[in-house]
Amino acid sequence: MPAISCDVKVLNQQVAAENIRLLTVTWPVHEKTPRAGQFFMLRCWPVDAAPLLSRPISVHRFNPVTATLDFLYEVKGKGTEHLAALKAGDRLTLTGPSGNGFPVAELEGRVAVVGGGIGTAPLYQLVCELDDKGVKPDLYLGFRDEVYGVERFEARCGRVSIATESGRVGTKGFVTAILDPAQYDWVLCCGPEPMMKAVAALCKEKDTPCLVSMEKKMACGVGACLGCTCHTHTGAKCVCKDGPVFKAEEVFEL
Amino acid sequence: MSVDLHVDLLGKRLAGPVIAASGTFGFGSEYSEIMDLTTLGGISSKGLTLNGKFGNEGERLYETPSGLINSIGLQNPGIRHFIDNELPAMKTLGTAVIANLGGGCIEDYVTSAAMLDEAGVDYIELNISCPNVKQGGIAYGICPASAKEVVSQVRAACKVPLIVKLSPQAEDIARMSAACVEAGADALSLVNTFQACAIDLKKRRPVFNNIFAGLSGPAVKPIALRMVWQAVGAVDVPVIGLGGITTGEDALEFIMAGAAAVQVGTASFMDPRSCQRVTEEMARWMEANGVKSLDEIRGCARP
Repeated sequence: MPAISCDVKVLNQQVAAENIRLLTVTWPVHEKTPRAGQFFMLRCWPVDAAPLLSRPISVHRFNPVTATLDFLYEVKGKGTEHLAALKAGDRLTLTGPSGNGFPVAELEGRVAVVGGGIGTAPLYQLVCELDDKGVKPDLYLGFRDEVYGVERFEARCGRVSIATESGRVGTKGFVTAILDPAQYDWVLCCGPEPMMKAVAALCKEKDTPCLVSMEKKMACGVGACLGCTCHTHTGAKCVCKDGPVFKAEEVFEL
Repeated sequence: MSVDLHVDLLGKRLAGPVIAASGTFGFGSEYSEIMDLTTLGGISSKGLTLNGKFGNEGERLYETPSGLINSIGLQNPGIRHFIDNELPAMKTLGTAVIANLGGGCIEDYVTSAAMLDEAGVDYIELNISCPNVKQGGIAYGICPASAKEVVSQVRAACKVPLIVKLSPQAEDIARMSAACVEAGADALSLVNTFQACAIDLKKRRPVFNNIFAGLSGPAVKPIALRMVWQAVGAVDVPVIGLGGITTGEDALEFIMAGAAAVQVGTASFMDPRSCQRVTEEMARWMEANGVKSLDEIRGCARP
């Protein structure tokens, strides 16, 4: 399904943690339903203003009843600083929804959802879609120090386990220390690449299928510029259009 | 719109003066629900080579003030795959199909051009200006004698109207333009990206594996405009202007410098509706200034 581009209205913006924001906007386009793992290109600054490129941000939650979209993102550069300044009533341009998303219809049995840092952002929509079809996943989240957004997940998940590198919350260490893929039919993962690779290696050991959501710098976000190409075992793929969700063994040498 | 924005280009009537530039618009379908593609003058395909290419490893994109440096490296599925799998859909988009042809050696250019001719495209845009591939590409775009050789051989291999896309790295843009037309180019398009560089301070290394890559975007527009001006003065064939065009006003500057039509590229990354928006902004300016057709103002800035 090709992306569309439209102006939407900001309903709310909250501080979720230090440098983490939760932005809620309207999504009035009924014929396009954003799915878990998909993303939008966001822009709220003029065409001729810096930065040149719009910013790809994943769907944290799409609520079809209220027709609203939530984006959970980290403020880490000029683009996200512009986004962080948005207030209720402001407008911004969304291009999307882009990407393949998680194949929720195919996911059955015991499911583990594994997130690291801001990589937890697309996982809330994922656990909601899984829960809606009767598959309550277990959740494993890893953070460096401060933990955010977890309360929201709890009602939609089975067991929730947390690891922090600092030991501030949950088990001290990496998320791989608290995850046993042998207990699951699927492991679904989004986080920093080294973390996803470690999770994927663990899954391979236990013969559990693992899906990962990749991140790359993007210019167009719709599959046109080939700026976000990655190697896969089935050839060159666009992270923005063919991904961002891939089978782990397709994108990682394990 | 009460103004006439059509462009007659080499025997074909284009609906508008804005062509989507190669490498920024895929094969067009990606933008089919973002804008009305029938308002465009055409779509120039991602740069094609006889055999498919993965493109460059490492970083491919780097933002600069008002610019974008890219090092894609002509990633494409190859001519045969394009003809069989992309071209049929591209032909249904309701706008002119321009096959952008990159190359390695002259033989590859010639074989590819003949295949595209047979498959039926509206134009071939011969890319002798890609800064991101080591072999071919820009190697032919610097010295007029090399350009002449590849253009004349490609010309002989196809009947379809041939646009030659020039590099701003050409030794002398006027001489280069004249050489390509002498060798049989029906039209020129310019400019491709400017060879550029960026250094990653943290790593103390170049950002790009190839060290150099191609700069585009609003930052290059005034230089591109100067080169289009020079090309228009050097040849009697249509010149398609591109390089940093972001607004209707930008596009009109190129038309007043004598460009037959324009291409919009990097601006599509700043606003995915740019091609249509630029067209609409041109129309608005023309309406406000009592200009009924582009023919009235084309080249009007020239002495």
